[in-house]
Parts: sequence; structure tokens; C-alpha cells
Amino acid sequence: MSKKVLERLKAQLGSKILATSDFRGDDEAIVALKDWLEVARFLRDDAELAFDHYLDMTAVDHPMREESGEPGPRFDVVLFVRSSTKNHRVRLRTRAADGEAVPSLFPVWAGASWSEREIFDMFGIPFEGHPDLRRILLYPEFQGHPLRKDYPIERTQPLVQYRDVDGIDKLPPFGPDMGQPWTRVDWAARMHGGDVQVSPAIGAQQGQRPALSKGPEYTLASGDKNPADAE
Amino acid sequence: MADIRGSGNAIPSKATPSKATMGGGDAGFVTTRLEELLGWARKYSLFQYPFVTACCGMEFMAVAGPRYDLARFGAEAPRFSPRQADLLWVVGTVSQRQAPALRRIYEQMGDPKYVLAFGTCASCGGFYDNYATVPGIDKIIPVDVYVPGCPPRPEAVLDGLMLLMEKVGQGKRGGALVVPPREVPAMAKIRKKGTAVFFGQERMAAEKALTEGEAPSVGELLEQSLAERPVESVTILSRDGEPKKHDDHH
Amino acid sequence: METNYEELDEDGQLELPAEPMRLNMGPSHPAMHGTIRMVLDLDGETITDVDIQPGYLHRGFEKSCERGTWNQVFPYVDRLNYVSPMLNNVGFSLAVEKLAGLKVPERCTWYRMVLGELARISDHLTCNSASAMELGAFTPFLWCIKTRDFVWDILEQETGARLTHSFGRIGGMAKPPTEHFKEHTLAVLPQVEESIAETEALLLKNRIFLDRMQNVGNLRPERALALGVTGPVLRSTGVDYDVRKANPYMFYKDVDFDIPVGHDGDNFDRFMIRFEEIRQSIRIIRQCVEKMPDSGPVNVDDPRFVYPDKSQVYNTIEATIAHFKMVMEGVKVPAGEVYSYTEGGNGELGFFIVSDGTGTPYRVRVRPPCFLNLQACREMLVGDMIPDIVPTFGSINMIGGECDR
Repeated sequence: MSKKVLERLKAQLGSKILATSDFRGDDEAIVALKDWLEVARFLRDDAELAFDHYLDMTAVDHPMREESGEPGPRFDVVLFVRSSTKNHRVRLRTRAADGEAVPSLFPVWAGASWSEREIFDMFGIPFEGHPDLRRILLYPEFQGHPLRKDYPIERTQPLVQYRDVDGIDKLPPFGPDMGQPWTRVDWAARMHGGDVQVSPAIGAQQGQRPALSKGPEYTLASGDKNPADAE
Repeated sequence: MADIRGSGNAIPSKATPSKATMGGGDAGFVTTRLEELLGWARKYSLFQYPFVTACCGMEFMAVAGPRYDLARFGAEAPRFSPRQADLLWVVGTVSQRQAPALRRIYEQMGDPKYVLAFGTCASCGGFYDNYATVPGIDKIIPVDVYVPGCPPRPEAVLDGLMLLMEKVGQGKRGGALVVPPREVPAMAKIRKKGTAVFFGQERMAAEKALTEGEAPSVGELLEQSLAERPVESVTILSRDGEPKKHDDHH
Repeated sequence: METNYEELDEDGQLELPAEPMRLNMGPSHPAMHGTIRMVLDLDGETITDVDIQPGYLHRGFEKSCERGTWNQVFPYVDRLNYVSPMLNNVGFSLAVEKLAGLKVPERCTWYRMVLGELARISDHLTCNSASAMELGAFTPFLWCIKTRDFVWDILEQETGARLTHSFGRIGGMAKPPTEHFKEHTLAVLPQVEESIAETEALLLKNRIFLDRMQNVGNLRPERALALGVTGPVLRSTGVDYDVRKANPYMFYKDVDFDIPVGHDGDNFDRFMIRFEEIRQSIRIIRQCVEKMPDSGPVNVDDPRFVYPDKSQVYNTIEATIAHFKMVMEGVKVPAGEVYSYTEGGNGELGFFIVSDGTGTPYRVRVRPPCFLNLQACREMLVGDMIPDIVPTFGSINMIGGECDR
């Protein structure tokens, strides 16, 4: 059953399917960005495939794909669909560079609407033809896209000025990297040319130069002064 | 009473006019008594506004449910308008996006108002120390009682509520309470002593007492722990952040 | 006396012309559990359009996962669908095991199934009782919460936590079943049955309850599929998609159970499906308990994935080193990408995980069933009235932790 989907795709679409994979039993096909909408339509409308059940869409950020020798732009956009009549499923993938617009799948499956808004919110990938593309999980004042690898996880953007009272600071018992594994990668540092591969504290122990992202930063969304700077 | 209230804290406004009207005689005495009366009345009729956002809401349901029965404490009646409530339960994580709403709800409540931070996320942000969450609601609004736990067990919540009631009953404003960890009282006392010698000797004695027939019953332990826990056994911070002097060690 | 007011309303004869109005609801609204904001466009009291705005509980789940080790993800998945944390634990364990190519022992699989179904019972009890409470029926809430505490007692006895268990591990569970697991579980089930029978007796003949639930918040099956709806909400429309039957994982193909399916796709169907699913879960648990072996390993015998025994860690240097490396560097999961899906409390709970071969996840994406179910809420609400929002939203069982992550 599983092979049928990929074979049918290859037979019908030929060169539009750039590659296929069935790693661990997950059928996957990779298409070029320009064929994204067309292949999606085919998945839904073809009588033998009949992918009528939209499941999910997400993205994966590979900021240093080119540096690592693998060709291809930065983002993977991954679609999961299923057929309610045939009970088979497929994963469709395309790749998009930073800032490159992906055709919206809203006309094919209405359920793609919120997923695309979420990808736009989290990764900053614009979707062409989306009827209502705006942030969904974060607030409109938020700057940046948190699931990009180079967004530091600690960078908060408060909407409300924090109270100026002593004794309410959150004191971690051991330090900023308490409980963090050694294999954690400081992507912001790595992408900006630093040689720090792991968390800053461990890097400092190993004599590496400090990472570019230094702990929590406050950027008030209202444009007020950074409370950390004020001190 | 006065020194407990701490510096910079307003006397509950309702009590002030009565001082004026009952002027003659020992005015101070009358005021204090009235405050106590008001505090006593308040502590058994806390009208709560549950600001339920996340996982802790499940435990909040359990606390309101039959087994733990919040109604025993006179605090079960939810008021879904902040203007009618005097106890704000902040139950769960508050995200940066939610913070303005929380702030506004707090500002809409009439005085005297109390805030209970339910769970670790509300107390300090918990393990969600990332771009999206507020690291503790005390960054946004003042908090009266912190109940740690992820989520706290209903017993801890009731403990926190009773602490708050104590505080309300005494008419205290300002300063924050932290629900102390629930421990075996004998061991808890030893930990406070601090020194290694004390620790070793007393611990051995306590363990011996617990393992041999002299071990107190559960009821006795409970009574003992209640008796041994005065209000001041928890950290009480005044508004300006200085830990108040309190008699912690017996 | 003979006038049919409903018909007249539809024809607009009794309705005075009303100017369109925009109304805000939320983000902290008493009648809606969970934090959500709805911006309603109204014509009189009829909803002409609704802009549902989730995200008030966005806690950065996916970003946080990219920081710790694979095992450190478990506490975060607990707090996704916090009404049934064990199902998330099991779902994430299965996902990582799929990527690593692990097969857990038989005993562990049965154990996971029992715990997962207990979590499903607690999920549905919570959802239905909260729905009833929001319609003014407080008694079912008290009864169901009481019963839920009984279920939680079992989970607490097994895991040590009432709600957030963090009990799953890669390649097994944190602990083997306790000594009295089976008998205690079986003792709780009749109480659950009794409680849902009582609740049904109380509600299903109540005119107010029926009027507010039946034929309100309808959803058509083809729209539900296109919108990505799964779980009880999808099954209420008549589509019999349940991952446990359609793509059986663990040992679900070896146990006998039915999938309840509705036909109108309205609130009442969703309500009834949840109660019927509790009965089916009870059936599953009884069979699992019977088939679960009393002894045998719970964790896979693979030192690359499973922590060494604590007695070894404290007594031998090899185990200490192994433990230290696993904690500090994390379990090394082979590079690759898989999508693993299970039936969560609200529908297909999928984990799309990407590993680059290190001890830290490269990307953990959860397919949140509520997020997509909530998206379909707009279709259910448009054309209904303001009071219909409360039961409709309640029957979707939107869980903030999972929806907003």
C-alpha cells in the first residue's frame, strides 16, 4: 500500500518529484517550490490517491545547510496528508530560501490556513495567496520569528513593563546553563561566525571565545527602554 | 499590629472612617478591634476570580471538587467579574501576550484585594524560561501567596489558602508568603539548625524516635506541625523587599 | 399559541433589523475554559463571522525542546494536553522509538496501553463534565471530578504524580508496574461506569441540556476532513477515523473495542461519543490487564537508550560514567526524520521529530489536534447564536497547552 502512493506520484508527475524516501515507513516526496501547489492539487484530486484529509503542515529551519555541504535553501516546508477512503498517507516536502514565498495551500485544503499562519509566525516564511496572513500564536508587536535557529530562546519582548520591585528576580540556583546538556548548540553564535558549538558556559570552560548571544535581553515591544540597559 | 503591617502599607480603607466616628475613648483600641472583626469576616468570605490559563486548572478543578472541597473555606464562590472579587487566583502560566489582560483584571479589582499565585509558572515562570512567558506574575502584579508545585497538590493549595486567610484575618497588607515545604516536623526542625553536629545528633535521635515505638501518630504529627508553624515561619517580605525579622528558630 | 416562532425568526418576520455589531469575547472569559479570544461579528444575536485568536498560552514548547536532551522533552509533552498527559508521554516515546528503531518489551506495551486509556478516561470525564457545568449543570461536574480523582489515584500510585507524570522514557517507562496495579485498576473501573451512567441519567432527559446541545455547532464530514479535524470531533460527523483502528499501534489490533461514530456532527454527538469512548476504554483496559504479563522487563535491553540501574550507578564506575554521559550529553538518537502518530484525547497526536544524531532534538513538532479542531470551530459557529458558543467551544475540548503550545 505504501509503495503505491510514491509509485503513482512518480508515474504521473515524473520529473516534478525530485526525490522520494520511505525511511522508517514514512512515505515522503520532495518537490520544487514552483510545483508545490500543483502537486498538492494532484494529491487531492487524483482518484487513486484521494488525499482528502488534511493533517498538518510545518517547517524545519536548516540555517547552515549550504555551509555543511548539502545544497538547498534554508527552510523545509513539510505537509502531511491522509486519505480517508484509502487510509494511506504521504509527506510532501519543499524547500524555500529565506524570504521566498511559498504558494498557499488554502485553496486545496482549508485546514492549511492556520498552519500557514503558524509557520509565518514562527519561521517568517510568507505564503502567497493566503487570505489572512498574520501572526497567530504570538502578538503583532513581536519582532523576529522564534523558531528560527538564530532567535535566542531567552529573548523576551514584554508587552507590560515589569514592576520595579526588589526581591522578585528569578534566581536560578546554579547559573544560566543549569541543567542544559552539553550537546546544545548555540546557533546564533555559530551562524555569526563564532566557533562556539555548545552552550556559552561550557564554551568558556573550553577556552572558546564568548558567544554572541549573552543571556536574557529585554526588548520592550512598545519601544520603551530596555530595563536591563537602564541599570 | 502596626509593625506587622510593614512599612508603606495602607490601612484597609474601610476601617478608617470608623475610627473617626467612634472617636471617643480609646480610639486605637476600637480601630484595632474593628479591623480584626473585618479581617475575620473577610477571611471566611473570599470571593475569588479564577484566572485559569493552563495545566494547573486541572488541579484547580480537583480542589473545587468534592474530595478536597474548597467550599469548606468559604472561598468557593467564583465571581467572574473582577469588580466583585477580592481574591485573584492566577492558575497557570501567564504568557507575554496574556500579561496585559492579567494586569487589567488586577487593576479592576476593588480594595482590599489579594492575589494567589497557583503553581510554579505563576510564581516564577517554571521551566518555561523562554521568549514567550512571563517569569512569574509578580513581574506584573503584586502577589500575596505563592503556592509552588507543577501543579501543586490540592493539599498545598489548601495550605496556601489557609495562610492567606490567616493573613487576611490579621489585616495584613503587602508582603508575600511562600507556602513552606511540607515535611516531617521532626526533620524540618533539624534542618533549620544548620550545623553539622546538631544535624547528625538530632537526626539520629529523631530517626530513632521515628523507628522505635515512640514514633508519634499521624494525628500527633499534624497537631505538632500546626502548633509549630506560626505565621512568621514563612518569609514575609515587606514592600521594600527587606525580609522582616521573625522568630524562626525555636 | 399556534405560532411557530422559530420559523418566523428564520424568515425574519419577527426580527427587527439590527445593525451589524462587533463583539469581543476573551481572552479570559468565564464561560470558556482555556484562554482564547474570539472577535464576533453579529447580526442581532446571530453570529455572522468569528475570528478565533488562539495563542494566549503560547509557551514556546517547540523551542524549549531544542534546548535539552531527548529525555528532557517528556516534562514538556506532559503539559501539552494536560488533561491526558500520559497519552502524550506514550506518543512521544513511540515517536523516538520509531526513529531509533527500538521495540519495547511486551509488558511495557500493555502497561502503556492501560495507563494511556486511563488518561483518556480522565480526559473525557473532564471535558464532558466541564461542558455540562458551563451549561449550568454543576452536579455532573462534581461527580465526574470525584471519579477522575479515583483514576488519578491509580496514576499517582504508578507514577508518583497526580497530573504531570513525566513517566515515559525512550525505550520503556520510568518504573515497572507496582505490585497492586492490576487489582487497583480493576477496582476503579466500576466506579467510572457508575459515574457516567449517573451523569447520563441526569442530563439526557433534561430539555434544556438537549436543546442547547442537539443540532448546535454542526459540522459536515467533508469540511471536517479538509479542515484537518480528528478525534471525537471528526467521529461525531460520521467519519470512523480512529488511529487505534485505522493504523493500529502498540497492541490495539489485539484487543476488541468499537469506535463510536455520530451522524450529525453536533455538540450532542460529541458529548455522547466521549462517554461511549470511556466505556470502550474500560473494555480495552480490562483486556489489557488480563493479557499483561506479571513479570518481565519493562525497558529495552539497550544501554545506549536506557539509564543503567541505580544500584549499579552507585556501586560501579562503569555505570556511573554511562549515567553521567547519558544525562549530560543525552541519549543519542540516530539522525533522520519521522512522523509518528497516536490517538490522543482530542484526535491524532502526531510527533514530527528531526534528529541530527546528537543528544539534543533538532526539531520537535507536535501535530496538535485541538489546534486544527479549533480552526473548524468557525464553521460550526457561523449562523448560530452567541449562547451557542459556550457548548460548542466546550465540546471541542480546546486545551490551551496543546493548542498554543
